[in-house]
Amino acid sequence: MLLAISLALIIEKFILIAVIVSVSLVVAMYATWGERKVAAILQDRRGPNRAGPFGILQPLADGLKLFFKEEIIPNFSSKFLFVLGPALAMLTATMTSAVIPWGDKVELFGREISLQIADVNIGILYVFGVVSLGVYGIMIGSWASNNKFSLMGGLRAASQIISYELAMGISLIALLMITGTLNLKEIVVQQQQGGWGGLLGWNIIKQPLGFLIFLICAFAECNRTPFDLAEAENELIGGYHTEYSSMKLGFFLFSEYINMFISSVIMSTLYFGGYDMPFVDESAFSPNIAALIGVAAVMIKAVLFLLFFMWVRWTIPRFRYDQLMRLGWKILIPLALANMLATGAAILYFNK
Amino acid sequence: MQALTNRAKAVDRRPMSIWEKMYLPAIAKGMMITLSHVVKKRPTINYPEKQRPFSPVFRGLHILNRDAEGRENCTACGLCAVACPAEAITMEAAERQPGEENLYREEKYAARYEINMLRCIFCGLCEEACPKDAIYLSETFTPADYQRKQFIYGKKDLLIPHPLQEPEAYKKALGNRAKKETVN
Repeated sequence: MLLAISLALIIEKFILIAVIVSVSLVVAMYATWGERKVAAILQDRRGPNRAGPFGILQPLADGLKLFFKEEIIPNFSSKFLFVLGPALAMLTATMTSAVIPWGDKVELFGREISLQIADVNIGILYVFGVVSLGVYGIMIGSWASNNKFSLMGGLRAASQIISYELAMGISLIALLMITGTLNLKEIVVQQQQGGWGGLLGWNIIKQPLGFLIFLICAFAECNRTPFDLAEAENELIGGYHTEYSSMKLGFFLFSEYINMFISSVIMSTLYFGGYDMPFVDESAFSPNIAALIGVAAVMIKAVLFLLFFMWVRWTIPRFRYDQLMRLGWKILIPLALANMLATGAAILYFNK
Repeated sequence: MQALTNRAKAVDRRPMSIWEKMYLPAIAKGMMITLSHVVKKRPTINYPEKQRPFSPVFRGLHILNRDAEGRENCTACGLCAVACPAEAITMEAAERQPGEENLYREEKYAARYEINMLRCIFCGLCEEACPKDAIYLSETFTPADYQRKQFIYGKKDLLIPHPLQEPEAYKKALGNRAKKETVN
């Protein structure tokens, strides 16, 4: 039956959703701590080290501070949209985690549970759809603030995300021509076969240029330095969240970190074998252990990407706006197109 | 134009080569520079846990000294007040009564001894002027306060703890700048 929904399935999915959302929230929380630590290390400082050992309670302190701060909704703002902005940003940030395969199946209570909330066959399209919605949170929030600087930040974010989504999509088309599927789970399964411990099966080997373009676009999509023009402090005060305070500001900042985490996971899923741990034969273990190894593999890859995000942030200065647009439209899109055509030609040549 | 110094560098306005236009090599170079800072030594000292040692010539807060039996050294001669270029020191002398021999070393003592820490320039001339080793500058800073009058330090702020009654506090307050043997 196509729509055989049992109570057990609903409970299972609810638990899975709760776990995955809370894990991504915790990871995002600690990403804020990690960001400050990485910044400190790269700048020969010490970073937060007062709250708990190594400052690991710092995110809790930050969160509490944001919660207890006075919440100001400006009189001249459009109130409903002002609240909707951060809510939407947070919502879209957490929604993407639904289609990511966090691991293989686990067997619990005699049931086979897939570590993926929704194994939809248009996984990648869903991710793209939701990520594009993310810009609405910023746009609505910045417009509702009724502040010139906010609006400019929001416009910058919108035009930047739209420009870079094109190149991202085109670089992804090249990947999808190789995999032949939009299903994230299948993409991971395909990458598990390959020489040298499975490393050669990873899509990064087949699509290095595509990955580079995807990576750059992911930075732009997450509004991370060097593409953080939407919140350029020295030009736009705080950018789109200038008028925000308390937890609404927290949600904006937090959604950025969740986005970063999710895009790290997506990059590792698409190009770095997802939950495939290299040099480990998962079939040698019991399914539960294998699933655990898979989850660990995803998390390690995601954390490495997060570190890379931070490393870049504290190294590279921000682009000027015309440079940003030139890079997006005149360099990345033609490159992505060329990459797509070359991939298509190679597929035609080798499969003949 | 004639350059004033040989440090001037001409601005290079040549168009970028393809290698430079690719940006990525330059970015990789920059990333390596920041990465190299991971292993560099951090100059920060974790302040409250770890404190930087004071230099041996550091001049901090004043201490009114006692001798080994815990008697105050100061005889209120006023030489420190005369030597003080900032006129921060005032005192009032009093005569030792019979039965106070365990409190004051000599027949005259300072009943009131005040240093205005807002005036003091910590030059150490009082220490040099003192013939009785009664005052010296220690290795602590004057703590911050909310009121100006709190900065006028009286005898109870300046006097060193009693060496026999509170030996630990005495040792802590003594510091490295005190002369080990008090001269009589």
